[in-house]
Amino acid sequence: MSRWFPTTLVAALALALVFLTLPIAAIFLEAGPRELLDSLGDQQALDALRLSFVTTTIALAVILVVGTPAAYLLATRSFRGRSAVMTLVELPLVVPPAVAGIGLLAAFGPAGLLGGAIEDAGVQLVFETAGVVVALVFVASPFYLRQAQAAFEAVDRSWLAASRTLGASEARTFARVAIPAAVPGLAAGAALAWGRALGEFGATLIFAGSFQGVTQTAPLAIVELFGNDFDAALALSAVLVAVSAALLATVKLCTRGQDRALGVDVARG
Amino acid sequence: MLAVELATELRAFELRLELAVESGRCLAIVGPSGAGKSSLLRAIAGLLRPREGRIDCAGEPWLATDRGIDLPPERRRCGYVFQDYALFGHLSAWRNVAYGLGHLPRSSRSAAAVALLDRFGIAELADARPATLSGGERQRLALARALGSRPRALLLDEPLAALDASTRVRATRELHELTAAAEVPTVLVTHDFAEASVLADEVAVIERGRIVQRGAPDALAAAPVSAFVADLTGSIVLTGAAIAGDSAGTEIQLDGGGIATTAATGVAPGPVAISVHPWEIAIEPADAGAHGSPRNRIAATVRSGASSGGQCPTSSKASRGA
Repeated sequence: MSRWFPTTLVAALALALVFLTLPIAAIFLEAGPRELLDSLGDQQALDALRLSFVTTTIALAVILVVGTPAAYLLATRSFRGRSAVMTLVELPLVVPPAVAGIGLLAAFGPAGLLGGAIEDAGVQLVFETAGVVVALVFVASPFYLRQAQAAFEAVDRSWLAASRTLGASEARTFARVAIPAAVPGLAAGAALAWGRALGEFGATLIFAGSFQGVTQTAPLAIVELFGNDFDAALALSAVLVAVSAALLATVKLCTRGQDRALGVDVARG
Repeated sequence: MLAVELATELRAFELRLELAVESGRCLAIVGPSGAGKSSLLRAIAGLLRPREGRIDCAGEPWLATDRGIDLPPERRRCGYVFQDYALFGHLSAWRNVAYGLGHLPRSSRSAAAVALLDRFGIAELADARPATLSGGERQRLALARALGSRPRALLLDEPLAALDASTRVRATRELHELTAAAEVPTVLVTHDFAEASVLADEVAVIERGRIVQRGAPDALAAAPVSAFVADLTGSIVLTGAAIAGDSAGTEIQLDGGGIATTAATGVAPGPVAISVHPWEIAIEPADAGAHGSPRNRIAATVRSGASSGGQCPTSSKASRGA
């Protein structure tokens, strides 16, 4: 007689599962694999995929190079205003993408705060591929920073101390102990950031525009295609789903790997 | 020779002390957890910067806050064995040791690391990750790594605390041989006086950041300066009042009833505390004749009993009243 509660739980989960997977499944069901492959021959779709690959890769490289030491600092030092810094760094997570685009224009656009300086340096961001990278870095880096900070915080502080007493400088300790021990967590953060960059739409559209081959990444191309060539939009979507699923799987594997890498902690119990 | 003089604020009190250890000697800092023991080691190693102080090792200044000298840990090169050993979990055993062999050419580090592991009897575990090692094996690995870096001082933070009872006896003996053979000063911190008295040439008792008594382990156990030290050495502390003294000793009226006589002379009348080592107490039925010739016989009621599993006393010196 009291079976109603477990039944409700199962029903709720089933509903959530169907609702969340049906649209993904529909992308593959709506168009057969053959039609998908054919549509991928479309020049606009190919340009968009190539541009997405190039810009997300560059953005990820920038995020790793700057974000890794920054996250290490946040994880290992306590200083005044640390939590304020952490909040500010996470702000892009909750800022609506369109607002991010407006903000980027206000800061780096021709009439923006740093617009003059950027122009003097001979760099053109708005309506250029470089602008896409800037937008991607802005929206995706907090994902990496957060995860990387957590990964560094999970590294036993006594390992860092031991490294110093064994003759390694702080920089060498960072490179030889902190990064290798945190690498699964860092990889998970990189995959999350990459996934976010790959799906970026609003900030890019406002800051860099949507020009085929220059600033039109895959999500922007999907929007433009679906008006006149729904199959091509489907095909492009299918590619993004596959890549995103692979990234998600990477995150899961890496998070499990982090526990293994820090095996001493687990075993010490 | 390692000479340390420092003062710095810890969470609840100030750490302020002075100590000196000759090369080849081992000084044990004994005190309860939170007394500032680990902070002292961290300050010596350069991992914690004290507010003010001086640290010299073999004539080289490591720290002199008045002259702005503060060598980073990597230039002090202390062989530091951390309480949890701090072995790098992402590296195999031999790579853990090789990490500290930066002074050797790259090509000879792996052979040197394996040779060190062999010296500690764990060469066959060279490729194992620390997480797969037993407590005793980890301790040896930590010692091998610390010694391999050619340390100029050895710092041991509760090196036996993480071991189970069956491994501890052998590990204690090995550690004693190792510190005795080391040609550098050793500072050991522990909360266990018995462990300190086996391993160290000299013991300093630390209480809330200050050294309250220092000396050979036997001397400390025989004449603790305070109830705190007496308690730490494993004595039972009784309180009472000195009532009469002559050249033979002092009589003390115990608060719990009865009169005890101590060999201490020149004790002023008034409240005192006396320490008694538990292994010097024999219990006899009230109507039995005394075995031997005890100085004190005190009538008491046995309220409860517990077996301690045949533990041996580490010192059998007679205690004097304090």
